[in-house]
Amino acid sequence: MKETMQGRYGKYGGQYIPETLMAAVDELAAAFEAALKDDGFRHEFEYLSRTFSGRPTPVYRADRLTEQAGGAEIWFKREDLCHTGAHKINNALGQVLLARRMGKRRIIAETGAGQHGVAVATVCAKFGLPCEVYMGVDDMARQATNVYKMRLLGATVTPVESGSKTLKDATNEAIRDWVTNVRTTHYVIGSAVGPHPYPLMVREFQSVIGREARAQMLTETGRLPAVVVACVGGGSNAIGIFAPFYDDPVRLVGVEAAGRGLDSGAHAASIVGGRPGVLHGSFSYLLQDDDGQVMATHSISAGLDYPGVGPEHAFLHDQHRAEYVSVTDEQALAAFHQTSRLEGIIPALESSHAIAYAVPLAAELAASDLVLVNLSGRGDKDVDIVRGASDG
Amino acid sequence: MSRIAATFARLAAQRRLALIAYLTVGYPRLDVTPSLVQTAADSGADAIELGIPFSDPLADGPTIQAASQQALKGGTTVARALEAATAARKRTDAPILFMTYLNPILAFGLQRFCRAASEAGVDGLIVPDLPPAESADLRQAAVASQLDLVFFVAPTSSEASVAAACGAATGFIYCIAVTGVTGARAELDPGLLPLIELVRRHTNLPIVVGFGISRPEHLEALTGKADGVIVASALLDAIAQSPEDPTARVREFLTGLRPLA
Repeated sequence: MKETMQGRYGKYGGQYIPETLMAAVDELAAAFEAALKDDGFRHEFEYLSRTFSGRPTPVYRADRLTEQAGGAEIWFKREDLCHTGAHKINNALGQVLLARRMGKRRIIAETGAGQHGVAVATVCAKFGLPCEVYMGVDDMARQATNVYKMRLLGATVTPVESGSKTLKDATNEAIRDWVTNVRTTHYVIGSAVGPHPYPLMVREFQSVIGREARAQMLTETGRLPAVVVACVGGGSNAIGIFAPFYDDPVRLVGVEAAGRGLDSGAHAASIVGGRPGVLHGSFSYLLQDDDGQVMATHSISAGLDYPGVGPEHAFLHDQHRAEYVSVTDEQALAAFHQTSRLEGIIPALESSHAIAYAVPLAAELAASDLVLVNLSGRGDKDVDIVRGASDG
Repeated sequence: MSRIAATFARLAAQRRLALIAYLTVGYPRLDVTPSLVQTAADSGADAIELGIPFSDPLADGPTIQAASQQALKGGTTVARALEAATAARKRTDAPILFMTYLNPILAFGLQRFCRAASEAGVDGLIVPDLPPAESADLRQAAVASQLDLVFFVAPTSSEASVAAACGAATGFIYCIAVTGVTGARAELDPGLLPLIELVRRHTNLPIVVGFGISRPEHLEALTGKADGVIVASALLDAIAQSPEDPTARVREFLTGLRPLA
C-alpha cells in the first residue's frame, strides 16, 4: 500500500494545487523526509507524545457491549484519552515540530468539530507560535465549547461564511491564507487529505495508533483482531489504525457518515455515495453533482461532515483491502447512548459511527474473534448536540 | 496560427499590451454573458477569459468567489457555459479562453470538454489547480482539439517550476503578480519584474500578468515589460456596483483602464 511517485496511491492522490503553493509542498515533502531520518526529530516526537499527549493510550475490552452483542469480543483503542480528547493531537504535534524545523513561525489550520483546531492551538501554545484556525460559522455554532477552548489557548478563530459554512469551506479559506502567507506560514491539515505529502505525513504521524494497538492486542489477548473498525471523514484516525495492519489477515472497515440516509442526499459518505474527483489538492472519492460541483454534506458529527476522503482510502477501497460502509445519524446517536450507559465512556459522535457498525458486526462473528474499534475521541464536545437531538 | 498567437503577434508589432478581460459565465446573469463578451471586446479587451464557476474556487479571492456562487445559483453549468461561448463567438473574433478548476472538466470528461470548447470557438484553457506535473492527460486532449493550455508561474516558483510551466504551456504564460489569491490590489509587487525576466529566459511565449491588476498605472508600468495583463476582480467589482446595467459598467471600466486606441 505504499505511496508511489508524487504521492500516488494507485490513481489517487497527487498535487492539484495553485502554482503559488508548489514550492511550499516541495519544501514540506523534503523536510518531512529528512525529519523521518533524523533521530533527533523522532526522539522529540516520541518524547512529547509520551509526556505531553499522554501516549501510549490503552486498549480496553468493552465487556458489557460485548455481552449485549453476543458474539466477538469488542475492544476499544482509547484515543479519547489523549490530551485534548482525540487522536488529532498526534498529527498536530508532528506537523508543528516539522514547521519549527522549517523555520515557519506562523501556524494555520482548518477545523470541523474543533478537535483538530484545539489540538493545533494546544501545540502552538506550548511552543509559543501564533495560530489561526478557520472554522465554518455553522460548526462554530454547534461546537461552541471548542471555539472557546481554542481562544483560551491563545488561537485566533476565524469564522468562515462562504459555501456550506462547514469543514470544506474552512479548508478553502485556510488554503487561501496559505497561498497568501506561504513564506512564513505552515498549514497543518487535520486529516489524511490534501496534496502530497499531506496524506502520507498524516498517516505517518497517526500510525502510532495502529502500531500501539497491534502490539497491545497481542499482549492482552495473544492474537490479532479479526476486524479493525474506524470512522472515516477525511480518514486520519482510520488510516492511522489501519496502516500497521496492512500485512496481517485482518479485515479493515471504514465507517462513513450516512447522515439522514444515503437516499436522502443529506449525508457525507464520500466513498459509499460519491465518485472520484479533485478537491483540496488530491484526486479521490468526492461527493459531487453531475457537473462536478462539490455537494453540500450533512452529518450530525461535524468531524465527518466533509465531501472528500483521503486518497489512500480511495485506493484501499478499489483494492478491496478495506471495506467502506456507512451509518446514519440515528444509529450513531444510539451507539453514543449505548456506550455511555454500558461502558462508562462517552464517545465522540464521530467515533460513535464506528461503534454503531462494530456492535452488530460483532454479533455475527464467533466468540473467539476480536473486533477492535478506534475510539478516536471523547464526546464531551457533543453533549449539547445529543441533548438537542434527544429533546427534538 | 492560433487566434491567441495571432493576437499577440499583432499587438507586439504595435508595441501594445494585450488587455484580457475576465468575466464569470453567468455573472451577473447567464443571458448577458455573450453580450458582455462583445462589449468587453468593443471596449478595448484584446481577449476574453471566461470563468466557468466552481463551488470551491480556492485560488480566488472574495470577488470571484461571490460571482461564482451567484452564477451557480443562477443555474450556470458547463453545458450552459459552452452555449454562452458559442453565442459569444458569433459576436467577436477576439480570442476566448475558458478558466475553470479541474473537477468540472473531469466530470464533463477531458476529451469531451476540449472538443466541445473547441467547437464553441474557444481558443484556450486556464486551470488554476492543475500544475504541469499533473497535466499530461489534459494536455493531450487540448492538443487534439487545437486548444492552447496556459500554465502559471508565481513569485514563489522555483526556477525548475518556471522551466516546467514554460515547457508545458501553449498560448501564453500566466504570471501571477502577487503571493496570494485573486483580487484587486493598489500596488504591483516589487518582485514581479524580476519574475518576468526569469520567465523570459525560459520561453518565447507571451507573458501575461494577472492577479491584482486594476489600475491604469499598472498597465503603464507593465508596458514594454510584459506582453499582456488580465483584469478580473476589478472588472467584476465594477459590475457589482450596478449589476442591472453590466454592459455600461464593463464599457466604462475597460475604457477607463485604457482609453480606446
